[in-house]
Amino acid sequence: MVRILPQTKAAAVNPLKSSQPLGAALAFLGIDGAMPLFHGSQGCTSFALVLFVRHFKEAIPLQTTAMDEVATILGGADHLEEAILNLKTRTKPKLIGVCTTALTETRGEDFAGDIADIRQKRTEELAGTEVVLANTPDFEGAIEEGWAKAVTAIIGSITRPGEQARRSKKIAILPGWNLTVADIEHLRDMVESFGLEPVILPDVSGSLDGTVPDRWVTTTYGGTSVEDIRELGTAVQCIVIGEHMRRPAELLHRLTGVPYAMFQSLAGLKTADRFVSLLSAISGAPVPAGVRRRRAQLQDALLDGHFHFGGKKIAIAAEPDQLYQLATFFVGMGSEIAAAVTTTNMSKILEKIPAESVQIGDLGDLEVLGAGADLLVTHSHGRQAAQHLGIPLMRVGFPIFDRLGSQHKLTVLYQGTRDLIFEVANIFQTNRHAPTPEALDPFRHREMPDELRSSPFARH
Amino acid sequence: MSWLNAKIQDLFNEPACEKNRGKDAKARKQGCSKPLTPGAAAGGCAFDGAKIVLQPITDVAHLVHAPLACEGNSWDNRGTASSGPTLWRTSFTTDLTELDVMMGQGERKLFKAIREVKEAYAPPAIFVYSTCVTALIGDDIEAVCKRAAEKFGLPVVPINAPGFVGSKNLGNKLAGEALLDHVIGTAEPDDAGPYDINILGEFNLSGEFWLVKPLFDRLGIRVRASIPGDARYLDVASAHRARATMIVCSTALINLARKMEQRWDIPFFEGSFYGITDTSEALRQISRLLVKKGADPEILGRTEALIAEEEAIAWKKLATYRPGLEGKRVLLNTGGVKSWSVVHALMEIGIEIVGTSVKKSTPEDKERIKKILKDENHMFETMAPRDLYAMLSQRKADIMLSGGRTQFIALKAMTPWLDINQERHQPYAGYDGMVELVRQIDLAIRNPIWRQVREPPPWECQLATGDEPPSTKSETVTVQSFKKFAGTTADDFGEC
Repeated sequence: MVRILPQTKAAAVNPLKSSQPLGAALAFLGIDGAMPLFHGSQGCTSFALVLFVRHFKEAIPLQTTAMDEVATILGGADHLEEAILNLKTRTKPKLIGVCTTALTETRGEDFAGDIADIRQKRTEELAGTEVVLANTPDFEGAIEEGWAKAVTAIIGSITRPGEQARRSKKIAILPGWNLTVADIEHLRDMVESFGLEPVILPDVSGSLDGTVPDRWVTTTYGGTSVEDIRELGTAVQCIVIGEHMRRPAELLHRLTGVPYAMFQSLAGLKTADRFVSLLSAISGAPVPAGVRRRRAQLQDALLDGHFHFGGKKIAIAAEPDQLYQLATFFVGMGSEIAAAVTTTNMSKILEKIPAESVQIGDLGDLEVLGAGADLLVTHSHGRQAAQHLGIPLMRVGFPIFDRLGSQHKLTVLYQGTRDLIFEVANIFQTNRHAPTPEALDPFRHREMPDELRSSPFARH
Repeated sequence: MSWLNAKIQDLFNEPACEKNRGKDAKARKQGCSKPLTPGAAAGGCAFDGAKIVLQPITDVAHLVHAPLACEGNSWDNRGTASSGPTLWRTSFTTDLTELDVMMGQGERKLFKAIREVKEAYAPPAIFVYSTCVTALIGDDIEAVCKRAAEKFGLPVVPINAPGFVGSKNLGNKLAGEALLDHVIGTAEPDDAGPYDINILGEFNLSGEFWLVKPLFDRLGIRVRASIPGDARYLDVASAHRARATMIVCSTALINLARKMEQRWDIPFFEGSFYGITDTSEALRQISRLLVKKGADPEILGRTEALIAEEEAIAWKKLATYRPGLEGKRVLLNTGGVKSWSVVHALMEIGIEIVGTSVKKSTPEDKERIKKILKDENHMFETMAPRDLYAMLSQRKADIMLSGGRTQFIALKAMTPWLDINQERHQPYAGYDGMVELVRQIDLAIRNPIWRQVREPPPWECQLATGDEPPSTKSETVTVQSFKKFAGTTADDFGEC
């Protein structure tokens, strides 16, 4: 049984988390014609914006209600209204995604009431634009919670409630935030190869995939359409990826009766098998030859790759579902999880992490717990810990600002698992230490007490 | 908060600011930060500005008293360089939780955090930043810092610039005030001399100050404190013993320069290391100020000799780029021409300036721009992204020089772009820096990708066939059977 260790430090050292409103904004960025709006001071938006740009290398639509001193004391409803109206006039979005911040949540206003008032008062001006609210104070949660809250809010305020005639080929997919653009594209291809029609919410593959549009657009271009969100209730089945997406899936089920199937991770052969079997069962179609081929490739990758994984100690710091995805992947390849650090203790998935303990903490904790590991696995900020410890770093999650193309990296199903195996094996091969007589000398550590002795074969 | 208000009012009343002198008393009181439009605002907050100015002090532990976003979303994001300590790149934040906020545990947590940082890292000083939430819930960071400094025996400096008080620029200035109130003058150097200077507002981006510092070394001038780029706490604490100050990024720390002159009689001038003539002028001015403060006048001659030598080398290097760059059109989108010297050098090798933003320019600046630009229409206050995109799409410029904010407008319009703002990765200061800037412009414009990306795909020339892909929609299978299946799978697949 894994022990979950709470954070006991007062000073977080090198944060692992990105903020909850950032996660919510990321979800809104997966909607077509959307404009996320942070209800807070201009810095809240500016910091998140810069981080998004550093990761995606794209212009990111993200605005602020620009709370100043006066609004902070007297209340921010006027700023919220002005911001929404300004955005509507200037950018004509199909959806404005309001994410609250620590500043406005500490004041504690009735945001839902404010927005309802604004929509009523400004019905005409706001026609054709959905305004969705996600309550996302920075002082709780992280990307995962923010993303899930935004998707829940989107379904809650846009999807048409009530049991409807189901379209037998239509599948709703609610992916967790940790799926990349490439993952979403791959999922869509996979589902379509069974003759099914997927509606993916949110769909960052249409909006954050790095293309060159033929005109300047100030909102997102591409992503799930508001119309498709409205009609989610006509799907025959919902597929959910990541434990943190259970809440929106349950809401969809409650509103429309659409049942959901939960995949806590999509990495690994057996998980991919389950996913493919489900598609085959829903569609009644046999598994296409191309998919069978991918599976065979993964089998071969497992055979070729496992030499590099066996006995390796892996230290991972990631949000809960991604931690689960990676930890199960590494353990499934014969490695052990030497350190597992995560952002918050709110997720049930933590109980299933295949490690002795999971520390709620930061990259400072990873640096302490990961000493002696063979590989650090976290986002780009882990570069300092990797440097200090002299251990290679595998970059996953958000933000990845010192490598290009992280959004095009595949991490799910047969092909993504195959790619992950190759990536890790290649990191190990790059960092292999040449044998030296000193390191292998059977007498080299004899004078040391037993517990300090370590096997020369333990490292690479 | 009233203390903070008084401080801000004092900052708005900056006599050394050229723009401010032109205003009447009422306009001055309103301050220089324009009210922001909700839904149409850009740029960072005061906390952002304060951190930008102070964080490059390399051996200080910077502790941000806030919920996660303020530090968690922004740490380790600046390209300033350190020649030694790396502590400034380690991020410290109290990461306040809901419980901390509700139960009023902020101050206690901050005190504990200061202790942890002190014990684990033993820095020469800790800077503590207040933010929106901690200011709103009334945490008294001044008192906590004072108590911690006494208890732990090291300087703990409160930086009072919560985000909601205003813009990044205001935060820059509040940071300068904090240095003045708590740091500068708190340590006495044992080696003060007649050739000691301070550089204010130099951030050592991509290490570019290291292109300049050897010039001072050659002249026997010692940089006592470069604030903040590559600074050490003790250098800053003893900056009051310098004989002259050069202020580089004038809007950020002008208040600090003026008050240091008032308090310690250190004369200052505004200068720039961007461009050849400006670099020379900066060296000249520093030498002059030092002589005025008692240095041996022979330094003036040595300075001129160095300038002549370095300029000749730089112009010779620049001339090699003329064949490739002559007649190329540059669009400057920087909110104002920050250095005339750069424009001068670009024009010297035959580059044309086809447009520039004059948002932050003075009337004199505008006159000069009119003379440079062939077409007056290309002088703009601000340009909407859409218009900028249109201009670049029509190939009205061969390259845009700007900050990261407009990067993607240029790139999506398939126009070469060069970052000349603080996020850039190239050092552009000094004589060599100017040559590097021109080399980067040359590399950007001549890159072979431009011809490839602008070319339409070959099949675009053929007529679109208009064929629809065959429909995959099929409603033949009964909904019922799915429902049955779906109902069971929710459980079957629940524990993947």
